[in-house]
Amino acid sequence: MIGSARYWREIPQRYRYEAAKCDACGKIHFPPRLVCSACRGTAFGKIILAPQGEVETFTIIRVPPTGFSAEAPYAVGIVRLDDGVKVTAQIVDVDLGQLQIGQRVRVEFRRVQKEGEAGLLCYGYKFVPVEA
Amino acid sequence: MRDVAVIGVGMNRWGELWEKSYRQIWTEAALEAIADAGVDRVDALYVGCMSGGLFVGQEHLGALLADQLGMGPIPGTRVESACASGGLAFRQAYLAAASGEHDIVLATGIEKMTDVDGGAATYALSTAADQEYECYHGVTFPGLYAMMARVHMHRYGTTREQLAQVAVKNHAHGLLNPLAQFRSKITVEDVLESVMVADPLRVLDCSPITDGAAAVVLAALPLKGTRRPPVKVVASAAATDTIGLHDRADLAWLRSTEVAAASAYARAGITPADLSFCEVHDCFTIAEVMVIEALGLVERGKGGEAAASGMTALGGRVPVNPSGGLKSKGHPVGATGIAQIREAVLQLRGEAEDRQVQDARWGLTQNMGGTGASSVVHIFGRV
Repeated sequence: MIGSARYWREIPQRYRYEAAKCDACGKIHFPPRLVCSACRGTAFGKIILAPQGEVETFTIIRVPPTGFSAEAPYAVGIVRLDDGVKVTAQIVDVDLGQLQIGQRVRVEFRRVQKEGEAGLLCYGYKFVPVEA
Repeated sequence: MRDVAVIGVGMNRWGELWEKSYRQIWTEAALEAIADAGVDRVDALYVGCMSGGLFVGQEHLGALLADQLGMGPIPGTRVESACASGGLAFRQAYLAAASGEHDIVLATGIEKMTDVDGGAATYALSTAADQEYECYHGVTFPGLYAMMARVHMHRYGTTREQLAQVAVKNHAHGLLNPLAQFRSKITVEDVLESVMVADPLRVLDCSPITDGAAAVVLAALPLKGTRRPPVKVVASAAATDTIGLHDRADLAWLRSTEVAAASAYARAGITPADLSFCEVHDCFTIAEVMVIEALGLVERGKGGEAAASGMTALGGRVPVNPSGGLKSKGHPVGATGIAQIREAVLQLRGEAEDRQVQDARWGLTQNMGGTGASSVVHIFGRV
């Protein structure tokens, strides 16, 4: 169950795609963290992730977790963004039979899950294909 | 540090144990290990359990199980590292004995997964991944391993049939293990025709939901008058990796296993070529393929060929998962790491009956949490 405080805390990442760039070495962390995993730096600047990237791998979820049953089957992938950051998200508005590694995609703001009958509507980023 | 040996092992039949409680299946395994060791006391107990809270609504497991054991107010410690909880619990027990803090230590693992429905079990297992940045988007554990499989197939040409061969081999081994959950022969066709869970992985690529427990007794060497031949803990190592699969530079490489294995081989003074057998974490068929690469049994990218060629089958160059693995034996997550060690001990004692590896001298166990965010590797040898 996603409580409202837990949901609210992640809004800068989920709604605005905010990440942290290490002042010392330039590594980008998404979500932001307190210590850089590359250089142990602790000072970061706020950046917005690249809007496009390509699919590094993906799967089609046919046995979905709770909260996603209305959407199955659906594609989930790991997208390598043009700034080098990799994120896990759904890939939508795509023919599931045609999706391939290397597909160019761009980010869109969508509803991600619906928590229970009267629960939170949870929003965030998903990816859609970009024609070459 | 003192040398330490495993002097007793215990395990019950695994499966859907609806008639037995959490504490009952744990106590049965613990008492069997203590009887096998022939000791009249243990100085401390460790229990690997991933999620007593989500599966049976019970935490505070160290105290609960020490109470059930009836050996007085001994220290009881619960260790959690997702599906590697058992392996890491063993490592903590080993360190307790090696350090001199305790002389006789009970290391156990347990999970009771069938008291909740499939959705709740899937949710509990998913807590091993990044809840906010993986699970939030609707990915499941089979889905995460499916994404690793797709990279491996794309890059190295690993085939769907090769993945299926892992399941076929482990079921063939499990047929020889009287405690395994699924003692059934399957074929490549069975795997390829089974229900798709997360492309390209099908249900027969996946380890099952299982109730079960396992226990071993460790003691510091030298020993006098043990009941069964002691098996020495030659090396113990653990390592971690990013919690999120997407944060790894190489999605088809298990770095935590590579690092833990390198440390264990160095400590043991042996190489992968010296191993007589391995018990590894085949939570999905692709996992075994990637684990044997990270352990150095085969070259990077060549893991897919191993099961199909017979190299990792009983009678092959280095049998992998003679117990039947997680696939056939079952995967009560917290118990898995301890059951792997039980199998290694039986093999090195020469007591593995129909699945005995001939002239077994060195055995390795590898237990893994999540998508490989934690790995625990042990090497065992005859004393």
